[in-house]
Amino acid sequence: MQSTTAVIDRSAQAYPPAVVQIGVCMSTAVSAQRQQVALDFESGDVVQLLDPAGNRLADSHYDPLITDLTDDRLTALYEDLVIVRRIDTEATALQRQGELGLWPPMLGQEAAQVGSARALRSDDFVFSSYRENGVAYCRGVELVDLVRTWRGTAASGWDPYTVGMATPAVIIGAQTLHATGYAIGCKKDGVDSVAVAYFGDGATSEGDVSEAMVFAASFAAPVVFFCQNNHWAISEPVGLQAVRPIADRAPGFGIPSVRVDGNDVLAVTAVMREALKRAREGGGPTFIEAVTYRMGPHTTSDDPTRYVDPLQREEWAGRDPLARVEKYLELSDEVAAGIAQRADRVAAEFRAGCLELDDPEPLSLFDNVYATPHSGIARQRSRYSAYLEGFES
Amino acid sequence: MTELTLSKAIGTGLHRALAEDDRVVLLGEDIGTLGGVFRVTDGLLAEFGSDRVMDTPLAESAIIGTAVGLAFRGFRPVVEIQFDGFIYPGFDQIVAQVAKMHYRTGGKVRMPLTIRVPYGGGIGAVEHHSESPEAYFAHTAGLRVVTCSTPQDAHTMIRDAIACDDPVLFFEPKRRYWTKGDVDEDASYPLEKARVVVEGSDVTLLAYGPLVQTALDAAIAAGDEGISIEVIDLRSLSPLDYDTIEASVNKTGHVIITHEAAEFGGMGAELAAGITDRCFFRLEAAPQRVTGFDIPYPPARLEEHFLPDLDRILDAVDRVLGRTNSLTGWTK
Repeated sequence: MQSTTAVIDRSAQAYPPAVVQIGVCMSTAVSAQRQQVALDFESGDVVQLLDPAGNRLADSHYDPLITDLTDDRLTALYEDLVIVRRIDTEATALQRQGELGLWPPMLGQEAAQVGSARALRSDDFVFSSYRENGVAYCRGVELVDLVRTWRGTAASGWDPYTVGMATPAVIIGAQTLHATGYAIGCKKDGVDSVAVAYFGDGATSEGDVSEAMVFAASFAAPVVFFCQNNHWAISEPVGLQAVRPIADRAPGFGIPSVRVDGNDVLAVTAVMREALKRAREGGGPTFIEAVTYRMGPHTTSDDPTRYVDPLQREEWAGRDPLARVEKYLELSDEVAAGIAQRADRVAAEFRAGCLELDDPEPLSLFDNVYATPHSGIARQRSRYSAYLEGFES
Repeated sequence: MTELTLSKAIGTGLHRALAEDDRVVLLGEDIGTLGGVFRVTDGLLAEFGSDRVMDTPLAESAIIGTAVGLAFRGFRPVVEIQFDGFIYPGFDQIVAQVAKMHYRTGGKVRMPLTIRVPYGGGIGAVEHHSESPEAYFAHTAGLRVVTCSTPQDAHTMIRDAIACDDPVLFFEPKRRYWTKGDVDEDASYPLEKARVVVEGSDVTLLAYGPLVQTALDAAIAAGDEGISIEVIDLRSLSPLDYDTIEASVNKTGHVIITHEAAEFGGMGAELAAGITDRCFFRLEAAPQRVTGFDIPYPPARLEEHFLPDLDRILDAVDRVLGRTNSLTGWTK
């Protein structure tokens, strides 16, 4: 159990079972504000079906939801985990090589993203933040489309309607309202599609997330609030956003919630399927807190050595989402090599696509500002066009 | 032709839109059972049901944000912001999401939202109930901003706004809600286009929303002194119909712009610059602005000093023509 390294301070907390203070060497210098809300495996409030050692934990409630996940199917999920990590690594490399302006790594969050996204149907609709590139991959977003924004060649990457996923919202938490509105629309249309909002622990402090929960509850919207608590909002620890587990907020809005080990792809799949079923059957919204850890920087512009405690990071490295599946499946070298090879091919295709992205035409500046003709934009376009032509003659 | 109040003319426009397009949905605070605090949506819940006319919880950001989600799903949401000063909690969703979504998605996702905003002062209200925030939105790429001044335009323009595939901020001059006028439901006039309300040859007077009537009164008063004023109702604040404006200023050589909103960085500043750019050699005097002051909207007992009125417009007429002010005896 990883939590043996934690010192549980139950005296100061109203709801001690889920709130622990990590007892690390920095702790004497850590203020009360920086107290960590961490994953407490011993308290029993976090759904876990596959522990970090690769042990399959029986769960009478959630096991029936994943009976179809045979070793073969789990191997396919494992391949997704490997591939999205490989894409992520490649993107970071591309940024370091000057090919991308910025990249927000998801290292460590692969299971939370793959497990939840693979539980969706094609007619469901995702509204995400910018770190959900693993979700985007699972939704079928073309590899090259993942980097258009980060290379600066387009305002966003893909057609939301072809993959059932909006392009990322950069304003933190704004997309939770879009998901709620979309879900209300599904209900109006009499379909059982579900909208999913992906966001992080930092976003839960934004008013939009609370407002989204109010609206979702009032209109019984078929929406899943999928919060990846990766412990960090750039440099701010989750303890600054919440002094109690984030999932505890939802019941106050009338929304059932669950904490799940976000590094356990089986558990994430199970809780997501339960939430989706509830939504499809008219049971309204669910709030999922996938407890995970951002193993990398906020973005490639960030320097986490200024604030991340190395011991805490090391502790989470021991809960790696891929390693536990490897231990459980005991894949043959041949199968493992095949997966690694396919991941490399994806990475090569991804890189090639990125490098082929050329700068857009200057006058495309003015495209799509409006859907219908706008005289003001037309005038500016025409003037700038004439200005540019002046250099050509 | 039916005689309607401006408020009722918007209501009948909403009714037509709901009846003609089942993707039109209304969202807002108190718009259902109550019929809106100004009764603009009166009777619509009873006729179209709560699936089409939705009373929402009190959260402007969420009202706009959920409308974005509905638009993603192909709905055509019409949102009511209860009062001008209540729009700011929804500001981020409007300027960062609604306005940019079409651009962001390379034209894949349309945002045919209409955001209705009762605005302006003159009703003796408390703080946050008399503001004119139109310039914030006119400054934002991706939004269209329009405002009506007559029952006819109220009806035609709300239907055009809803039918428009772009997001439209629809500003309703709340102190003119009870103005009556004939409405022809089949009349049409381009949403982007200004309207010459009264032709004149000496001064171009640009107004919109609640001050169009004030401008007309000023034109009549000036006429008594032999000054011919051309009043233009701008109707659209983004884009501006510079063709109509330019033609008028080239004719008169003098221009006055009036609005309730503050002067600094307001629509008048944009108009003065745009007109100077287009009509510089025809202008005989600097464009004059008659606006609210650069202060927070004042308490009700002071608003008569804040709001542009007939006398302040006439004072500007004197200034722009280099005449002695007929009331004070001052010269420009």
